[in-house]
Amino acid sequence: MLSDENRIFTNLYGFQSSSLESARKRGAWDETKSVIEKGAEWIIEEMKASGLRGRGGAGFPTGLKWSFMPKAGEGDGRPHYLIVNADESEPGTCKDREILRHDPHLLLEGCLFASFTISAHVCYIYIRGEFIREREALQRAIDESYEARLLGKNSVTGWDLDCYVHHGAGAYICGEETALLESLEGRKGLPRMKPPYPANVGLYGCPTTINNVESIAVVPSILRRGANWFSSLGRVKNSTGSKLFSISGHVNKPCTVEEEMGIVLRELIEKHAGGIRGGWDNLLAVIPGGVSVPCLPAKECWDLSMDFDTLREKHSGLGTAAVMVMDKSTDIVNAIARVSYFYKHESCGQCTPCREGTGWMWRVLKRMVRGEAHEHEIDMLLNVTKEVEGNTICALGDAAAWPVQGLIRHFSHEIRRRIKEYAANPKAEGAVSFPVKR
Amino acid sequence: MPRLIIDGQEIEVPKGITVLQACEMLGAEIPRFCFHERLSIAGNCRMCLVEQVGLSKLQPSCALSVDDLRPGNDGSPVKIRTNSRKVREARQGVMQFLLINHPLDCPICDQGGECDLQDQAMAYGVEKSRFHENKRAVEDRDIGPLVKTIMTRCIHCTRCIRFMTEVAGVAELGAIGRGEDMEIVTYLEQGMTSELQGNVIDLCPVGALTSRPYAFKARPWELSRTESIDVMDAVGSNIRVDTRGREVMRVLPRLNEGVNEEWISDKTRFSWDGLRLQRLDRPYIRKDGKLFSASWQDAFAAIACCAERTFANRIGAIAGDMASAEEMFAFKDLMVRLGVKSIDCRQDGTSLHPDLGRSTYLFNPTIEGIRHADSLLLIGTNPRLEASILNTRIRKRFLEGGFPIAVAGGVPDSSADLTYDYKYLGSNASLLEDIASGSHEFCCVLEASSHPMIMVGQGALRRPDGRALLVLAAQIAQRFGALSASWNGFSVLHTAASRVAGLDLGLVPYEGGHDVPSMVNAARKGALDLLFLLSADELDMSSLGAAFVVYIGSHGDAGASRADVILPGAAYTEKSGIYVNTEGRVQLAHRAIFPPGEAREDWSILRALSTVLGQTLPYDCLESLQEAMYASAPHLSEFDQIRSESARQVEALAALPVSELDSAPLGSAISDFYLSNPIARASAVMADLSFREKSRREAAGQSDA
Repeated sequence: MLSDENRIFTNLYGFQSSSLESARKRGAWDETKSVIEKGAEWIIEEMKASGLRGRGGAGFPTGLKWSFMPKAGEGDGRPHYLIVNADESEPGTCKDREILRHDPHLLLEGCLFASFTISAHVCYIYIRGEFIREREALQRAIDESYEARLLGKNSVTGWDLDCYVHHGAGAYICGEETALLESLEGRKGLPRMKPPYPANVGLYGCPTTINNVESIAVVPSILRRGANWFSSLGRVKNSTGSKLFSISGHVNKPCTVEEEMGIVLRELIEKHAGGIRGGWDNLLAVIPGGVSVPCLPAKECWDLSMDFDTLREKHSGLGTAAVMVMDKSTDIVNAIARVSYFYKHESCGQCTPCREGTGWMWRVLKRMVRGEAHEHEIDMLLNVTKEVEGNTICALGDAAAWPVQGLIRHFSHEIRRRIKEYAANPKAEGAVSFPVKR
Repeated sequence: MPRLIIDGQEIEVPKGITVLQACEMLGAEIPRFCFHERLSIAGNCRMCLVEQVGLSKLQPSCALSVDDLRPGNDGSPVKIRTNSRKVREARQGVMQFLLINHPLDCPICDQGGECDLQDQAMAYGVEKSRFHENKRAVEDRDIGPLVKTIMTRCIHCTRCIRFMTEVAGVAELGAIGRGEDMEIVTYLEQGMTSELQGNVIDLCPVGALTSRPYAFKARPWELSRTESIDVMDAVGSNIRVDTRGREVMRVLPRLNEGVNEEWISDKTRFSWDGLRLQRLDRPYIRKDGKLFSASWQDAFAAIACCAERTFANRIGAIAGDMASAEEMFAFKDLMVRLGVKSIDCRQDGTSLHPDLGRSTYLFNPTIEGIRHADSLLLIGTNPRLEASILNTRIRKRFLEGGFPIAVAGGVPDSSADLTYDYKYLGSNASLLEDIASGSHEFCCVLEASSHPMIMVGQGALRRPDGRALLVLAAQIAQRFGALSASWNGFSVLHTAASRVAGLDLGLVPYEGGHDVPSMVNAARKGALDLLFLLSADELDMSSLGAAFVVYIGSHGDAGASRADVILPGAAYTEKSGIYVNTEGRVQLAHRAIFPPGEAREDWSILRALSTVLGQTLPYDCLESLQEAMYASAPHLSEFDQIRSESARQVEALAALPVSELDSAPLGSAISDFYLSNPIARASAVMADLSFREKSRREAAGQSDA
């Protein structure tokens, strides 16, 4: 369990003020200038050594990402940009929200370090449309920082950075980094083709780095306390440091909590979320990383290590580490059908497999909830998910396919049961018995 | 040059091309819907996925540049598979996704038989549907009288959006909604206004956007296809005329990189209904002020009777805007044999003259050469109306950047939308004197450019002071280095399809003869007894006085209404003939159908008339006519060629004195794009479009340009 002195987000619950003064007491904006003076190369090496992997879901090493940017002086004169992806829309995830609300100065200081490292003088923070208060808190923090000359021209930190907050309009797809760029440029949020990658051709055609809020907000602590400190946290290979976990669903005390990577799921839920409603025997399944990763059945969850590699081996993923717990009262087919509806609703419609496939998957699942299907359609559905997966421009197609694959992998017996019950007596009201009568 | 191995075959390809193009170089067929060579890359249909060995994800070959392929660690070329099992399965998957919400209405779809989706479903689809849900239905939108929408069929390839935004330069189409609810619309439920909108019909790979005038008229497999040349403007767009029996069913563009790429304007595409309406299908003779149908013999006898009673110096001959080179040659030949000196092909009164040299009346940089220009001055022309297809080339060059454009007249003010940004210098002709003398502020722009283009339109040249303006344009071209050995930027934009050939063949007055304005003047004063009009309709027919007018042409337009004898001729689809476009490109149009009723090809009418008038022309067939013509103008036998001309001629022109300029504002030669010739004026579709355009302009509170 993460000890208090190793905690990065010390005001996660807003027990203290989010003001600059208060943040400074917690250690933010401390020795910023001396870190900057160590130079961009040092920062990149330090970030690489820390083993920090992007916290937005894909887990790409942050230091490596920064190293892809053209080095200062080697570029072709185009400005560089840092973009912070605060479009936190993944269902179940509410970690960036807490940072924006209560610890925005950690993010801003991280922005400064990241911008310095990639030679950007402008940083855009793209914030989710529904985050009204969070935006206000962030803007307040930016204003304070400008006043204290931590941001802006002639900065006391030694690096001039202008920070702008851009409010999204509530589209999930705008959290995809290139769709975010399109949206920021004033167009419809449609993902771009890659290559070219944003590090080469990004915002307004200039080199751009896009990072998640949490990835940026942990940077100051890593640089101040050293890569070794960060990499010593976490229990497993390839997943170091601490991480915010959002635990929701059928637990007694849903919460967002900072914990070490590789914490065992049972420990996470028991210690922080007050255990599962009705005890562990009542557990049906867990979605370990936001709705876009496949669910895992109870039998896989007992000693599940919450890290990138283990979850990948289990055909799921750490994603945004949004743990959604479902007890046995859950209609799992309906739950995944609802997830499917979400992706159908949020698909941008640009490329064929996702545009057509998400609607198809949802409609089939909707029938399967009632059992109004044939058994061979389970295989067909799985096949459809495979045809969507990997064939789309962005990862939304994959994200739409995986939950359905997870359902079929672990709960096809439940679908079969419903199909049989329905087939036996199709006309009767309530032909299929759901876990809980509604 | 990057090397790659496609399906086991190694190939070296030019830099910058896409993997899709590289595959096609090797003959590997890659299916696609959204990709189009002339539009930006969208990569959204996912039909062109290929396997790049070593990568787990399939790659869209249309969007993958060969430059982005990283060779293996040992330097071995990237391997691409276009036909592996994985690729085939992905294609089947995409095909299936495209079809699940596509209606099964092929039997009543106008795209049937030439539908990309149909063809590719046959080649790459699976035989049976697994989709048992309800299909999506999408409401149709009224987007104007030309493009019919059945949006349920749309597969969201966005070609139409990209065309309108990028090529047509009018962002009238867009997508609203998200996911499977995405719809292609004109945003505010209004009709499209672009003069190039018809091209989206060709671009649409399915039957979502089809031709409204052609709706349910014919099936592609019952049409005969004839390669032809458009005569609606002087660009000479390459077209394909599709006919069934004796009727033209539609007109489609043909690929010609040098001229129209693969676009045509709406006037070219949709004025075919004008080929059936208002046709002159038998000879007429006027008696007591009324026209009566007559036999060919009687009509010829009436002309001979008039010709016998007058003298050659009291006879005039005017060739119109849509005549082919052959008939103009025969026309001139006959008139010369009759001793007529008043011959002219410049019915708008343009001051161009073949004696000044061929390069003084050609679009010298060529249409394709616009891309080499680095600044542009438009004088008395609105290329969007006068040559819409050429205007897309200007826009294309503009989009590349570094192409300052200035406009002197041609449009009423700086609010006119030419689809590119320009600096409006004013409409007073005197500003050209300032530019020519180097005192105008735009001079520094021209000075700074190495390939300036000076484009002068008929709006300037047809004025009484047209010669002075032509000289000024030449002086500007000379002063700013547009007349070097490697670059001739002096460009005359014609509006009439026949004009360049007419000038090439010397259809201008002989010593002592009248040109068009003075012929009209002479006729009004009674100094002209007999006037031959070879499909010439753009004259002031009311001021021809008591002259006996013989009209040879295809449509009952201005000329026919004034005529004393009408000899029914053939429209451009009904005769083979040579046209020379504004850049001097010689192109051959083939006959697609026969003329209606008793109408005949114009050259044969002239041949028959020559016998009646006692000056029999020495050719009995089109081939021998062409031979005679080639003998007098050899370059006309070089099809699809542009004979390059010396810029010296323009230099000599620049040395001529400039007379006093007129104070009237410089206008455009075309006031109504949709009604600029007899065929368009006979077309109901064009009338509708013209009416809509006028209503729009009135609603916007603008006066006529």
